[in-house]
Amino acid sequence: MLFTSYSFIGFIAVVFLLYYLLPRKCQWPFLLAASYTFYFIASPSYLLFIGATTVSTYMTGRRLDALKETQDAYIKANKGSLSREEKKAYKASMKAKQWKWLLGCLLFNLGILAVLKYTNFVIANFNGLLRMFGSGGQISFVDLVLPMGISFYTFQTMGYIIDVYRGTCRAEKNLFRLALFVSFFPQLVQGPISRYSDLAKSLYERHDFDTRTVAYGLYRILWGYFKKAVIADRILTAVNAIIQNPDTYQGGFVFVGMMFYAFELYADFTGGIDITIGIAETMGITVAENFRRPYLSKNIKEYWNRWHITMGTWFTDYIFYPISVCKPMLNVSKASRAKFGDFIGKRVPVYLSSFAVWFTTGIWHGASWNFIVWGLMNFVVIMISQECEPLYKKFHNRFHVKDKRWYGVFEILRTILLMSSLRMFDCYRDVPLTFRMFGNMFTHFRLSELHTEAFLELGLTGADYALLSVCLLLLFAVSLIEEKKGSVRDLIFAAPEIVRYAVFYVLVLSVIIFGAYGIGFDQSQFIYNQF
Amino acid sequence: MHKKSFVWVFKAAAFLAVLLVTLFFLQRLLMPKYMSDIVEGALTAEYYEETTGHEVLFVGDCEVYENFSPITLYEEYGISSYIRGSAQQLAWQSYYMLEDTLRYETPRVVVFNVLALKYDEPQSEAYNRMTIDGMEFSKTKLDAIKASMTDRENTLDYLFPILRYHSRWSDLSAEDLTYMFGKDKISHNGYYMRVDVRPAEGFPEPDILADYTLGSNAMGYLDKMRTLCEENGIALVLVKSPSLFPHWYDEWDEQIAAYAAQYGLDYFNYEKLASEVGIDYNTDTYDAGLHMNLTGAEKLTSYFGRYLKENYELTDHRADPEYQSVYAEKIQFYDYMEAVQRKELSEYGEIISF
Amino acid sequence: MEALLKILTNLHPEVDFETSTDLVDGKIIDSFDIVSIISEINDEYDVVIPAEEIVPDNFNSAQALYELIVRLED
Repeated sequence: MLFTSYSFIGFIAVVFLLYYLLPRKCQWPFLLAASYTFYFIASPSYLLFIGATTVSTYMTGRRLDALKETQDAYIKANKGSLSREEKKAYKASMKAKQWKWLLGCLLFNLGILAVLKYTNFVIANFNGLLRMFGSGGQISFVDLVLPMGISFYTFQTMGYIIDVYRGTCRAEKNLFRLALFVSFFPQLVQGPISRYSDLAKSLYERHDFDTRTVAYGLYRILWGYFKKAVIADRILTAVNAIIQNPDTYQGGFVFVGMMFYAFELYADFTGGIDITIGIAETMGITVAENFRRPYLSKNIKEYWNRWHITMGTWFTDYIFYPISVCKPMLNVSKASRAKFGDFIGKRVPVYLSSFAVWFTTGIWHGASWNFIVWGLMNFVVIMISQECEPLYKKFHNRFHVKDKRWYGVFEILRTILLMSSLRMFDCYRDVPLTFRMFGNMFTHFRLSELHTEAFLELGLTGADYALLSVCLLLLFAVSLIEEKKGSVRDLIFAAPEIVRYAVFYVLVLSVIIFGAYGIGFDQSQFIYNQF
Repeated sequence: MHKKSFVWVFKAAAFLAVLLVTLFFLQRLLMPKYMSDIVEGALTAEYYEETTGHEVLFVGDCEVYENFSPITLYEEYGISSYIRGSAQQLAWQSYYMLEDTLRYETPRVVVFNVLALKYDEPQSEAYNRMTIDGMEFSKTKLDAIKASMTDRENTLDYLFPILRYHSRWSDLSAEDLTYMFGKDKISHNGYYMRVDVRPAEGFPEPDILADYTLGSNAMGYLDKMRTLCEENGIALVLVKSPSLFPHWYDEWDEQIAAYAAQYGLDYFNYEKLASEVGIDYNTDTYDAGLHMNLTGAEKLTSYFGRYLKENYELTDHRADPEYQSVYAEKIQFYDYMEAVQRKELSEYGEIISF
Repeated sequence: MEALLKILTNLHPEVDFETSTDLVDGKIIDSFDIVSIISEINDEYDVVIPAEEIVPDNFNSAQALYELIVRLED
């Protein structure tokens, strides 16, 4: 179900009403039913997979906790009689047992994800290799459809079981409570990826109807729809026109497409997350933030702290750190420092782990070389900027521009251009084409081509561009206020009461009137034909 | 524990009320008015302005609303009639148009132009809107919507047209403001007048079809129309107007003739009877044979009116004072439009503002 | 404790590690720094800091980090 569909809006309205009409103790079970209903409507046959993930993780969690309890009890019971070495050995063997269970759970669930998501990708590449070696045989593709949200809920659930293993949280004893954590419907479409210890704080609590909370949530939802329907869906027409016709749109238009896409993706992704967080908020549930004014970042590292935050922290906590500080890696690090000296030795764990993170980040986004290359390009840029840090330090010591406002603006623009360029891999059909078009942007650049008529051929009217410009200014203003002063919502609610109604009123009307939805948005309306 | 404040309920209700009123006005503003350029979209709603009854009802597409003149029927025979036509009105839409009319009155005769039976499935969203938007809300309208919707349409878009027409915000003109609450009459009891002349030049050879059977969906609605008429004591007459295109195949003609014979209905193929009617495709059409102009429509109506007079008990309303005054106005408007159109024709060589 | 401070200062000479208490939350050290620190702590104290201990509470100040090391040495 798309967020911007009548059925979804009807669905969340019903869920919201029932959530507060039902007895308090029924609230979280109701959400579980609603989430499974949502999943059923969206893709019925795949309930099996989310069910399998839930049950396997539940059982593993209970087992891990049971093993921990046994361990604690044993140690307590034999407090006096165990020597230090015996205690260590015992703990190690118990840990090994737990590790086996964790590994099993991870392999099973990540396996499901891998098979469903990457089988055809592997086959395609295998076929490519076969062709390269002159073999005539080709493996046919398998008919697999990806269950909705599988990338998100699998990672969210694996985060949970790893946390249980680590002792960060206790296993959920109630299967159904865990099931809700796995399938909480607002998160199924595009995240955020929640941590169990965070979400559990409010997910299962009984929530009384509170006008302030609900109003805040409604505002959030509305703002999300504004960004998605008015901005993202509108500019998407132009983006598609450009990137689907690389032969027609070259030079300056590649740049235009790149920037339009940056605008579109921002509005769509942050808008969707606003809707998600807003829906949860109306029910008193707190979902983690996923964006923090990412386009105000001054460098790529800061960008990845502000864009898709929960994905970044997930990969850091569950891939980057485990790989970089595990015993084998520490040994490798020691060995390389001994053999190659400090310079290389220090970098080995960081580089290897980062490579792993960015490769998996790329492939998590999609089963295609475009995403893998995109991930690795991020890796390359981050590593280069890391290595350049001493140079930057020297530069700033010499020139003292770091605190100047114009330098800050320069850094921000530079980062926007950098990240938008990297995102070109999202746009074009394959990796070679992306590189070609990037080069084309410079070699075929002709300012004269960027005239008004050309822009009007992208599927948008002058009025659309005017509206988008206003929206851009609005987004910029809101971002600045949020960055410097704090929540715009708080400001609105601190103002006289009429203000919050007025703003809400304007937002609702804007979404209905200016939203790029429905048939009417098709330019070719009344084809005067045979009556 | 202080008492729970429910003041917010009133505030929310007030807010909703203001919002809904605003949306109501915005919807009025954004819906296309069809007062210029494509006026056919205004046809459906004009019916509800009628103050006197109609004993003859025409339903169908442009082959009905551009080829028959109810004013002529009144002037020559005193017959009261209305053409509930619309752009590309499909068989099911004609059925529901009839059903809708029956909510207001019961005519004695219903005339249906059979060309629409060639379409067995929903065709065009734009024409659906032009036909259905003007209907008063009723169960009939809901049924018409369901029967007419193409794949990408949604009932909600019909119930709340603002969801469909909101994108017109960038195309608004003065017309949208002027006609927000009232429209001008653009037809004469549903007849769309054109006085210009453009002789027929012939049409390309029609394609040979794989299957000439008229669709079961469309024919099903013809059946429903027939039954509805029977139940209400209405005589159903089937006609094929003199329009030369789209091509009305002989095979289809035979099927309809057979159907009419089976159920004792009269069926007239005026394309075949054109010379008997006295139609001259050099002078009587304004778009090279697609539709009649005023001359052609009046000829056809005169001929058809005689059939109606001779076969059905229809009141001569010319003696009725109420009808006299109502139709005096209608005739004045009719003559006026004819005069204006002829003036435009002589000044510019073509019709521009109709 | 001195050894630890030496490690930290080597990494970021401009930071006062004796008094700062928001090393992670204030973005003074990042994930790459943490990896380097852990690697050197492993060398110096022969302690393995497991991934689950990499939380702001343990890394926000040199003192907290030292307490972690002591805890793990047992």
